[in-house]
Amino acid sequence: MSISEVRDRLGAVGRLGSSVRPSSLRDLPFPLSAPSWPASVPRPPKRSELGVNYGTDWARRYPVRLARAAWTDFVTRPLVSAVAQPSVEGLDRFEAVVGPVIFAANHSSHLDTPLVLSVMPEPWRHKIVTLAAADYFFDTRLKSAYFAFALNAVPIERIKVSRDSADRAGSLIAGGWNLLIFPEGGRSPDGWGQAHRGGAAWLAARSGRPIVPVHIQGTGRLLPRGAKRIYTGETKVTFGTPIIPDLPARELVGQLEDAIAALGDEATTDWWSARRRAAQGTTPPLTGPDASAWRRAWALGPSPKDSARRCSPADERRWPPKP
Amino acid sequence: MPRPGFVLEVDRSTPPVLIWHGEGFRLERLPADRSRVVYAPEPLAPLPDPDAAIRQALVEPMGDSAPLPELLHAGMRLTIAFDDLSLPLPPMRRPDNRQRVIEAVLEMAADAGVDDVVLIAALGLHRRMTDAELRHALGDRIFDAFAPHGTLLQHDAEDPSELVMVGKTEKGEDVEVSRRVAESDLLVYVNINLVAMDGGHKSTSTGLMSYRSVRHHHNVKTLQHSRSLMDRPNSELHSSAWRIGRLLGKHVKVFQIETTLNNDAFPSQMAFLQKREWEWDVRDRATFLATSRGLDVLSPATKRSIFHSILAPQAMTSVQAGEVEVVHASTIDALHRQQLVDVEGQSDVVIFGLPHVGPYNVNSIMNPLLVMCMSLGYFFNFYIGKPLVRPGGVVIVSHPTPWAFHPVHHPSYIDFFEEVLSATTDPLQIEKVYEERFATDEWYRHLYRTSYAYHGVHPFYMWYWGAHALEHAGATIIVGGNRKAVRRMGFKPASTLADALEMAEDQVGRDPTITYFRCPPVMLANVH
Repeated sequence: MSISEVRDRLGAVGRLGSSVRPSSLRDLPFPLSAPSWPASVPRPPKRSELGVNYGTDWARRYPVRLARAAWTDFVTRPLVSAVAQPSVEGLDRFEAVVGPVIFAANHSSHLDTPLVLSVMPEPWRHKIVTLAAADYFFDTRLKSAYFAFALNAVPIERIKVSRDSADRAGSLIAGGWNLLIFPEGGRSPDGWGQAHRGGAAWLAARSGRPIVPVHIQGTGRLLPRGAKRIYTGETKVTFGTPIIPDLPARELVGQLEDAIAALGDEATTDWWSARRRAAQGTTPPLTGPDASAWRRAWALGPSPKDSARRCSPADERRWPPKP
Repeated sequence: MPRPGFVLEVDRSTPPVLIWHGEGFRLERLPADRSRVVYAPEPLAPLPDPDAAIRQALVEPMGDSAPLPELLHAGMRLTIAFDDLSLPLPPMRRPDNRQRVIEAVLEMAADAGVDDVVLIAALGLHRRMTDAELRHALGDRIFDAFAPHGTLLQHDAEDPSELVMVGKTEKGEDVEVSRRVAESDLLVYVNINLVAMDGGHKSTSTGLMSYRSVRHHHNVKTLQHSRSLMDRPNSELHSSAWRIGRLLGKHVKVFQIETTLNNDAFPSQMAFLQKREWEWDVRDRATFLATSRGLDVLSPATKRSIFHSILAPQAMTSVQAGEVEVVHASTIDALHRQQLVDVEGQSDVVIFGLPHVGPYNVNSIMNPLLVMCMSLGYFFNFYIGKPLVRPGGVVIVSHPTPWAFHPVHHPSYIDFFEEVLSATTDPLQIEKVYEERFATDEWYRHLYRTSYAYHGVHPFYMWYWGAHALEHAGATIIVGGNRKAVRRMGFKPASTLADALEMAEDQVGRDPTITYFRCPPVMLANVH
């Protein structure tokens, strides 16, 4: 049926009576197409249903949770296992903790969230919400629905913690959900870590729930920011001892940053060396060496594109210098 | 925050606007640069706890009235009168305001040990309500407590043994009221104020009196000098009703309880009916198309049945109690907050799209006389200051105007339409020659008292209701109506709105200015 026929058939309903023959759906008269806006009426600011306004309550209904559990266990985990070959350390450090808790990890790749979720033990794995950048993960309906379903993602503003975002995260914790947060606010632009923002610490201080520091190593090489393809290789996830939020949020930020840096040191060296350096206050920061741009890039080791030189990430990185 | 009403100046970018057409609606494009559309304010937020607000109003009354609990005592005769089924429109979802208020009053009466309590539906000359209609208005608890014992009454304006003359006003107006009311220690009147015409002394002086009293304010002279019916200080009808009500107040203590509603007139499934057309989303457009197409294939009776099953989600926005006049002033303020729209100046043509229901055809047919009453009586009078259309201008009405009458509800209308209007449409002539005969006709009286018929004189009032508009406007054109029925009333039929606008040019000249009054929801134009 042509568009003209559609118009003619439905046209009688609206007494439209236009003699113009439409060539596309947009040419159809109102109400078959959207109405025009009167010139004399100012348009109200449009409240988008995407971004931070995207509603994700549906993703925490029981049938969706069941579907996501199946998706995580039978799709995400095998895929992550094949691509990232993860090893996990430190699960014993938080097994005595009673949820909900806030998992705070460094962030260098889109692989980070599925990796952490796939290595997370039960019952944490299926009772966790990922706070995700509203402007990136929730900018289209399709992406929003996918990430809300697959990662149980909830949109937050990464630039600032708005009252809405904070209330939403607070109500999730109050509802018994664990949170996965990347306090750096986004993926690393150069492979090194970034200074932490206050969201995770502020939420912990407000809710009184512990923060579990998490260090992720190797994903930045497999799927760095801006990469057009994904590489396979080894990764390592190290969970730290939960931090009880008994300090003000501002101090908690530094405490969390130090804890994740110490886990990074531990992943690169060994627990005893990392522990001693942490005690001496000489833990190398995740933000990398304070040097020129090329030396920072050089310290990351060979590019993953250089397949002839690929080996395990712990051997590749040139920094921190080995003792 | 609900948006206030506003006036849209139509330009080329304005989409077609929705115009009601009885049990249906149509989309029409209005001429650009000389048309305007008056949109109603959005529904106000309802009272968060209406039952608490009612209790507070009863114990902290307005004016010089004592709190209701202090007026109640054992051994007294208490009469509770309430508005009939003509209010609100469309009928509201349960619980109705009347149920909430009367339950609160009865709780206090029970606490005070009042045994002699009678409820009266203040019908005036309207038809009696069915049991189902009473249940809907009052709720099951009240109905079951009073109806089986004969203490839930419906006012009978033609029962000589149950009417009593309490006197005459200074203007010689008879005040003949229900005997039960006159002999009560306290009359509590429970009102729903849908439009500014309702409430105040008009509640009692219309709803609880006889034809001998009502005729003093329901006549051609008062209605021609009520400008408008919705503006009490400028309404002759209300002046008369106030005189009568004040005299009644000297014989019986009246405790008035008035409530207002927001204008949330249609359920969410039909949200497009209340939305401005350019704000229709995909769902609204789909609902409109599906509804319109569905209605096209249904019979008039089926459509009527569907439309009359609509219950409005209207909610209470205010409740006032105490002394009649102080209460009513406060009610009107609350009503204006919801309904008032400022409009600059008059136009050559005004367009009204009539919906399926008016005060006198709830669960019934909107016959041609009711079309006249709704358009020239109600819609035309929805103004303060001056009418939306200039003197000598044209009123265009959109309604199917079927030559159809409900034989049970409107028997005298049939004869009025056949006999009276075929002879004359002049209100004064009609009043002079025919009114008394119809008003005193034994058969109509019998049907009014024992069946569900409007009083024999009621069709006359429908005609008088439009007397001011008939005098003011130069012509009335009805779009899409039964041509014979339209002509019988002295109006002009038109097939389409475009035809009607072209016909209007004969009366008001080329390229006339046009106002489309997009009602419902109910609003009141404050014309400067």
